[in-house]
Amino acid sequence: MTARLTARDITLRYGDRVVSTRLNLDVPDGAFTAVVGPNACGKSTLLRALVRLLRPEAGHVELDGREVGAYAPKTLARQLGFLPQDPLAPDDIKVWQLVSRGRFPHQSLLALWSPDDEEAVTEAMAAAGVEDLADRPVQELSGGQRQRVWIAMVLAQRTSYLLLDEPTSFLDITHQYQLLGLLARLRDEGRTVIAVLHDINQACRFADHLVAMRDGSVIAEGVPGDIVDAALMKDVFDLPSVIVPDPVTGTPMVVPTLQGE
Amino acid sequence: MKTLRPRIERRTALLVAVMTALMLGLGLLGLCYGASWASPGKVFAVLTGTERSVVISDWRLPRVLAGLVFGAALGVAGALFQNLTRNPMGSPDVIGLDAGAYTGALVAITVLSGTSAQLAAGSVLGGLLVAAAIYLLAYERGFSGLRLVVIGIAVNAMVTAINSWIVLRAELEVAIAAVGWSAGSLNGVGWDDVGIPFTVIAVLLVLMTTRAHAMHQASLGDAVAATTGVGLNRLRLLMVLVGVGCTATVTAVAGPIAFIALAAPQIGRRLAGAAGVPLLPAALTGAVLLQGADLLAQMLLAPVALPVGVVSTAIGGCYLIWLLTKEVRRA
Ligand SMILES: Nc1ncnc2c1ncn2[C@@H]1O[C@H](COP(=O)(O)OP(=O)(O)OP(=O)(O)O)[C@@H](O)[C@H]1O
Ligand SMILES: [Mg+2]
Repeated sequence: MTARLTARDITLRYGDRVVSTRLNLDVPDGAFTAVVGPNACGKSTLLRALVRLLRPEAGHVELDGREVGAYAPKTLARQLGFLPQDPLAPDDIKVWQLVSRGRFPHQSLLALWSPDDEEAVTEAMAAAGVEDLADRPVQELSGGQRQRVWIAMVLAQRTSYLLLDEPTSFLDITHQYQLLGLLARLRDEGRTVIAVLHDINQACRFADHLVAMRDGSVIAEGVPGDIVDAALMKDVFDLPSVIVPDPVTGTPMVVPTLQGE
Repeated sequence: MKTLRPRIERRTALLVAVMTALMLGLGLLGLCYGASWASPGKVFAVLTGTERSVVISDWRLPRVLAGLVFGAALGVAGALFQNLTRNPMGSPDVIGLDAGAYTGALVAITVLSGTSAQLAAGSVLGGLLVAAAIYLLAYERGFSGLRLVVIGIAVNAMVTAINSWIVLRAELEVAIAAVGWSAGSLNGVGWDDVGIPFTVIAVLLVLMTTRAHAMHQASLGDAVAATTGVGLNRLRLLMVLVGVGCTATVTAVAGPIAFIALAAPQIGRRLAGAAGVPLLPAALTGAVLLQGADLLAQMLLAPVALPVGVVSTAIGGCYLIWLLTKEVRRA
């Protein structure tokens, strides 16, 4: 397993609140990595550090052996695409305009809009299933529609990496599976996907590599079938459960034994 | 599938055409109107050099150009700060940058000798100091646009009080001149006053135009802006410098003309049907608003010419009240 994107001994904090200390992570190339863990364990913080929104207080985040902070903004933005947990749309922006904003790192003062941009935006809107919304104002969409528009924006960026923070949180179950299937197809085309997911069974089904976090540390990582067992669920989520094979894919399926109070 | 790009351009092109026509129309009216009416024919003859008229070419023309150029500069400054604060009330006149620039200019007149270079430097310094003060007061692990605006409003009140105090303490002639100017006025603006300001504004606007694309990208929020390749720190610094530079340059010549910077970007944005707060519609609307307001100021109590700031404040004040009630309801 090779990894172009790595975090080495990073310490992450907001003011006095230390989130992670000496965390290490190799993001496997061309694979679908899912990050799971309880609320507030530092998943978003880790992603923010990987895309250099948060500078590690110690340690290094490197892409191709070079500190991410050393790249020119647009150069890095052509490699790493990122979707935050709660992105912010400007007033009155239309869907196609928002998706077009994903082309920013490919544009310059002299080349504002090219056929490549046109193609990338059209393709991204089709992939995310938002072509029919193209002329609607983003602020008038439902939560799930809006989330798909943002996904289209990141897809239009056409980066080798897709880092997505809870990309399925607002989607209905069908759209969840469609999106995960799309991410798996993009992985098959050679892109590297890293997504924070809350549904452990979906993570097991779609991810090649699972990263389980708790209190800012990586508790376990590896192929879901190798690492997911009742002990891990207890360690990571304090959740008593039994693990059965997923009847469709054979991947681990977590069935909580908790039945309310 | 239909192509994406031309759709906005048509609407913006229409707006540019309409606004340019309005600017030319109001500009022409400004050249015709005065103590004695000059026919448009005569004005064209003077402009093309076939006839001579000191009144038109040396009195009215610089004033009209100042109305248009300063209006555009104020519109852009407003758009820049509304983008920075992500708030339609976050314009330089509301958060005290005009008042700060005016303080600088007052100090240049009362303490120093008040040459135009001192006035310009004083205004820019005053504006930057107020911007820095607001920044420091409002910063708390990142920015909130609304906090910045609220603190700016308080700073504006304080700086305005300081301005009154300076004027009260100044010698009588200085005080009278300063008060006439404190409302913001284009009365008596001539060629000597506008050469350097026009150059400065042109340079600032060209500089900002090269970064306008990045500014729009920044309206997607810090996280997405940064990860799509915007260098946010440098962009913000440039926006503050250009915004303060435009505001201060206008203030040094014409005093603090309120409300153009507040209203023009929002009117322009609505007319263009654009996302965020774009610069070109703000500039064009600002030019039309200020030139229109200056004409009204000359006509309302003719032959007495009111300071244009009185008119812009009267119009803008109503707009601000409407905006405030809307914002409060939203919050
Ligand atoms: N901007 C911030 N300032 C201060 N503390 C923060 C900030 N963002 C997150 N934190 C804190 O850092 C810790 C980790 O937060 P993070 O957002 O990484 O959690 P998460 O694993 O993504 O959780 P969730 O599943 O709820 O999204 C939490 O304790 C949170 O309160
Ligand atoms: Mg999170």
